[in-house]
Amino acid sequence: MTPELGQIALILALLLALAQSILPIVGAWKNNGAMMAVARPAAFGQGFFVVMAFVLLVWAFLHFDFSVQYVADNSNLALPWYYRITAVWGAHEGSMLLWIFILNVWTLALAFFSRQLPEAFAARVLGVLGIISVGFLAFILFTSDPFGRLIPMPPDGGDLNPVLQDPGMTFHPPVIYMGYVGFSVAFAFSIAALLGGELEQAWVRWARPWTNIAWAFLTCGIVAGSWWAYAELGWGGWWFWDPVENASFMPWLVGTALIHAQAVTEKRGSLRAWTILLSIFAFSLSLLGTFLVRSGVLTSVHSFASDPRRGLFILCFLIFVVGGSLLLYALRAPKVAGGKPFAVVSRESAILVGNLMFTVAAAMVLLGTLFPLIGDALNLGKISVGPPYFGLLFPLLMLPIVLLLPFGPYLRWGKGEPQILKRVMLRALLAAMACAIVAAFFVDGKLKAIAGVAAAAWVAVGVLLYIVKRWREMPRGRRYPAEMAGMLFAHAGVAIFLIGVLLSESLSATSDVRMAPGETKTIGGYDFRFDGVRETQGPNWRADQGTVTVTRNGKPVAVMQPQKRTYTREQIQTESAIDPGVTRDLYVALGEPMDKQHIDGAWALRLYYKPFIRWLWFGGLMMMLGGFVSACDRRFRVRRTAIVDVAEPMHASVLAENRT
Amino acid sequence: MSRLIPFIGFLLLAGLLGFGIWWNTGHDQTAIPSPLINKPAPDFKLPLLYEPTQTATRESLLGKPYLLNVFASWCIECGVEHPVLQAAAPTLGVALVGYNYKDAPDDAKAWLATHGNPYSLLMADTSGQTAIDFGVYAAPESFLVDAHGVIRYKHIGPITPEVLDNELKPAIAALPQEPR
Repeated sequence: MTPELGQIALILALLLALAQSILPIVGAWKNNGAMMAVARPAAFGQGFFVVMAFVLLVWAFLHFDFSVQYVADNSNLALPWYYRITAVWGAHEGSMLLWIFILNVWTLALAFFSRQLPEAFAARVLGVLGIISVGFLAFILFTSDPFGRLIPMPPDGGDLNPVLQDPGMTFHPPVIYMGYVGFSVAFAFSIAALLGGELEQAWVRWARPWTNIAWAFLTCGIVAGSWWAYAELGWGGWWFWDPVENASFMPWLVGTALIHAQAVTEKRGSLRAWTILLSIFAFSLSLLGTFLVRSGVLTSVHSFASDPRRGLFILCFLIFVVGGSLLLYALRAPKVAGGKPFAVVSRESAILVGNLMFTVAAAMVLLGTLFPLIGDALNLGKISVGPPYFGLLFPLLMLPIVLLLPFGPYLRWGKGEPQILKRVMLRALLAAMACAIVAAFFVDGKLKAIAGVAAAAWVAVGVLLYIVKRWREMPRGRRYPAEMAGMLFAHAGVAIFLIGVLLSESLSATSDVRMAPGETKTIGGYDFRFDGVRETQGPNWRADQGTVTVTRNGKPVAVMQPQKRTYTREQIQTESAIDPGVTRDLYVALGEPMDKQHIDGAWALRLYYKPFIRWLWFGGLMMMLGGFVSACDRRFRVRRTAIVDVAEPMHASVLAENRT
Repeated sequence: MSRLIPFIGFLLLAGLLGFGIWWNTGHDQTAIPSPLINKPAPDFKLPLLYEPTQTATRESLLGKPYLLNVFASWCIECGVEHPVLQAAAPTLGVALVGYNYKDAPDDAKAWLATHGNPYSLLMADTSGQTAIDFGVYAAPESFLVDAHGVIRYKHIGPITPEVLDNELKPAIAALPQEPR
């Protein structure tokens, strides 16, 4: 009975989403208060039914309801309860249900916190979110039903893909969807502004905290995904430029540009059309990512079930939403564009350069991701571009951003002062060079590592100098408003990230070895002694577990136990063992036994020494923290009357400028 | 006009994605048909279920086409397929050979006693070793083998009335005609 209830809940949610999308937008157009007032109740109703459907699917998993095809495919009696919950989003259908669930979380939050917005504007925003809901609910109901029955009911189910049976996987998908889907809010704000022909930029201020939070979630999700790939896939790498990774990275790049462009537009009124365009791009890339992952047009390590019908549906929806909004932009942007002029040396210019770099980088990633498809289309045969392409172009495009980063906070809006910049540049340059020279002694002349240390010092000194400057010049309590603190956190995160990436990339040591029990192999100054393999047992797997004792100069460092697990359905999964540390990670993955009959004999092992790799995730988490802290700024929480007070004078000045 | 550039760019992208869908429907890279199709069936030598001292081999079955049906008493979906096979067996035009997969012979006999036995020949593969050569990964599966011992069609999962009419019967009709 529960699966049918879930299905009915989804149908009701679809009907309410239709009401939420059509009535408020028409109402705002016709200036009909009653129709606009439908937005919130419809959103609450839709949210209720979507949450209900989601909970019912969780329920079906927890109660082993194998009469539901999706449950039977992705869980079994031996699967622990926590993985039965995460199995909800372990495959296509449930993962789309999670998508719509999270869209509703955002919609509910917006319906709740938008009461101080002008009525017509709030109605349009909720209406646009309703349109997106309609698309995805229809997608689930017509092409990917998670509640489909399986007759006859099997006594036991299949299994959750063992790759997904990992703590990192429990929160990676929800968090990354929070980011992905969260850009729908910035998108809805922009479309609402275009529809209403908003002349003032107040809407950008309302959109900013939402965008920042979505961006922070996306950052966290990407960090978690990268960590999971590192810990679980057993390749020791943290980023593979895989189509699915790129699908989440492109919205992140554009989203990063967007949160900076929003700051310009909110404070100065400039770059308004650009901000709108970026909001459309960020969400379009989220949708495109969904398309790429779900349609099976590209092959990827993330082997999701693919179905051309699904691809066609998303493509049609993509054309409607993205094509429609870009057309709307072409027609309406001239009406909302405008702003103050700015000098070449100004914060606006610096942000604009950064914006261009991020956007071009996103375009570069898009091109690389779609390259196999272009190859097919132009009949060039099977071609794909991989790490060499991305690894060359991406750092080149990010270089100007790293170079500009220390100056950002020092630059004034409108027109910056070159003298201050020179002082900052001199100090940052000296610090970078000093650090590089010291580092050169430790990394035996590896250029990439020296560049990493220098770049990190360059960015970090810029951030530190600004912290000191604010401390000296501003009275207590007004030194670091949340918006600025967030910026400082995020920029410091970039410095930490640079250290992590460049040092771990250049100084890592890897060794694929055959080791007999008792044998010792040394890499990175650590001695790895292989103590043999024995069998062990988990709740739904059995494993060959190796023991590797690591010592350094005779002192014990760690005992590592990599496993090779065999799950219920004979799927094999490597569990690498990681000994984490601030300055290095040690990483051991178990390969194959040399003689299959004697697992207590010699084995193939893969040993890694990865210096400073942890810093790149830590840097990512700092950026995430920056996003959340910025979103908490009091300025974003002003009440309706205050908004009018603050916005009016600015609005007047912008209009005056437009007239001249 | 310049404001239309993003829209035009997007249309080009959408065109490329549409092409991708069309291309992938025509060139399915994932659904590889069984590599055994149009290849000789693997060699096998299996005891008969009811007379374990006698064996059936690939050679002993040459000369007439047959449908090899992999089933087991523990397999729930086999119970779904069974009535369909039973009803279709007399008019199928080829012999129905049962392949009892990873089953205890007594369980299999009891199961056949309750559900009926449409098979003209019954082999038992208690260990499942031979099934590996056929690429069997779950029961039920069915292989259509022609008179020369070449596999012409394979179906994974139960044979439903739809599969029977739309796939199996056309496959049987397409078998090379042999002088009988």
